[in-house]
Amino acid sequence: MADSTLTEERPRTAERPRASHGPRRRRRARWVGYLPYLLPGGIAFLVVIGYPLVTNVYFSLFKWRGGMAPLRWNGLGNYVDLMADDKFWTSFANSAAMIVAMVVVPTLLGLVLAAVLFDYLGRRFGERVSSVLRATYYLPQILPVAVAGVLWNWILNSQTGALNVLLRGIGIETPPNWLGDPSTALPSVMLVLIWVQMGYPVVIFMAALQRVDPELYEAAELDGAGWWDRFRAITVPQIRPEIFVVTLTCTVAALKVFGPIYVLTRGGPESSTLVPSYYSYLSFFDKSQVGYGAAIATVLTLVIVVVAVIILGLQGRAERREREGT
Amino acid sequence: MAVATDVRATTRTAQLRSTAVDTRYRRGVGRWLVLAAAVVVGLAVLAPFGIMLLNAFKSPQDYAANGPLALPSGLYLDGVVAFWERTEFPVKLWNSFFISAVVAVLAALLSLFNAYAIGIGRVKGRLWIVALFLLANMLPQEALIYPLFTMAQAVGLSNSQWSVIIIFTVIQSAFGTYLLSSVLGTFPPALLEAAALDGASRWRILWQVVFPIVRPTLSVLMIFFFIWTWNEFFIPLVMLTSNDTQTIPIALASLQGDRMMDAPTINAGSLVSLVPAVVFFLIFQRTLTRGVTAGAIK
Repeated sequence: MADSTLTEERPRTAERPRASHGPRRRRRARWVGYLPYLLPGGIAFLVVIGYPLVTNVYFSLFKWRGGMAPLRWNGLGNYVDLMADDKFWTSFANSAAMIVAMVVVPTLLGLVLAAVLFDYLGRRFGERVSSVLRATYYLPQILPVAVAGVLWNWILNSQTGALNVLLRGIGIETPPNWLGDPSTALPSVMLVLIWVQMGYPVVIFMAALQRVDPELYEAAELDGAGWWDRFRAITVPQIRPEIFVVTLTCTVAALKVFGPIYVLTRGGPESSTLVPSYYSYLSFFDKSQVGYGAAIATVLTLVIVVVAVIILGLQGRAERREREGT
Repeated sequence: MAVATDVRATTRTAQLRSTAVDTRYRRGVGRWLVLAAAVVVGLAVLAPFGIMLLNAFKSPQDYAANGPLALPSGLYLDGVVAFWERTEFPVKLWNSFFISAVVAVLAALLSLFNAYAIGIGRVKGRLWIVALFLLANMLPQEALIYPLFTMAQAVGLSNSQWSVIIIFTVIQSAFGTYLLSSVLGTFPPALLEAAALDGASRWRILWQVVFPIVRPTLSVLMIFFFIWTWNEFFIPLVMLTSNDTQTIPIALASLQGDRMMDAPTINAGSLVSLVPAVVFFLIFQRTLTRGVTAGAIK
């Protein structure tokens, strides 16, 4: 923080004597000279993000089967249809489940694991132990999510999958059809996602803990605070910025999740694992309802932006409160 | 609290051992229980990898007879061979590598240009520009895909790797611009002023003053871009429709519905597909953990 305010100030004070004889125009010319460097990025951004985003909203106002078929104006008809579409509501309800599996559980687990590795095991067994464990937890994060999905799809397969062969081996005659039964499919997908996601918060939080002053812990310990007290009163408040970053990035990822659903269940059985991104993909490329798919994607975009703004707002408020508190 | 006092009580009765680690903590039985719990979590994470390894080199008959947990009765390589040939794996490996490498270089370059204008040039409205780039990074790809798909067809880039390269260059550079702008925002002004006094142009300052100093950050970004692009699924799935253009994750996923895929082939395929990712991880581990940290704080 101190650094950035320094650089904010310094050019200004350096220019002040010059600014008296060459008035404001010179300073404006300074940043204008850098605009060409923004040009390639700006054009690419408009072509790949801006124009498609607007066009997608435009498509959502039509009934269109895609390709050479004619676009038929539908106004807000697609959105009206969405409101009455059970699958649409199911997909967003499942998004809430994805947030539990990709944000809530991994963040809480990650906090406890990071604190245990850093503050407990690291000090009692040395840094090697804690860094090996950290790398182990992080391993699922590095493989392509499609590969993880294919592997788990086989493990959970009702007939030939490793889990059910194992269960039959210990005498359970009819083990559940994990991904094929509407009642178990969603919890199974959630477990896979927790497995994939958990290492990310552990790594971020452990890195964050390194900048916490060790004296805080020592002082608390002298006062007789137990591990849980230190966790609540020191660990969590000290790394709050990172907790917000993890919450924001993981929530956005959970709302966007596509790959794991595609390789694990394709949204089935009976839409029990349908998510908005997969629903819009289905509408685009499977059912050829381009306008409808575009409407789903537009709603998803709005939801993501609103959720991100809420999380950023909460973060700003927490920071302000902290500054006033101390 | 109860647990903590319990741990203390056991600590007191235990023997004192002195080592390099703080001796106050080097006592007690409680720490072994905590270690055991952390190791159990680690084993749970590793279990799927272990099961995969056990079955990747097992014949279908062996698998049917002895189940997934038995050690293979012999080394069976047909699963690996079948996967390798069916997917034409070398082609897929090259496709993944080519797309990811070109994206990493182009996106890093684009990020550097953007960040030079935003962080050092301090162009007007830079906060809004950064916010816009950040927003682009959060957008669901579904909200872009159909227009991108029709645009690619219109300009003759359907089923072309260049369409994927262009799209990911922009998406990855959106994040890169955000990160690098805040790094360049703290660039020592004395260096820039000295170079400007020497009469260096903006272009020369960029390459001879700024670039050498941010090269470590740029290389972390490039590793990130490479791995993220390597692991991407949705856009390659839609844009790359034929065997000779597809990437590894798409090839593996498209084999999945195949009835001919027996358990050993699936496991061999998963194993072969994740080897490159693990290799990158091992090569870049140090740089990466540093980079993950940088991403968290900035």
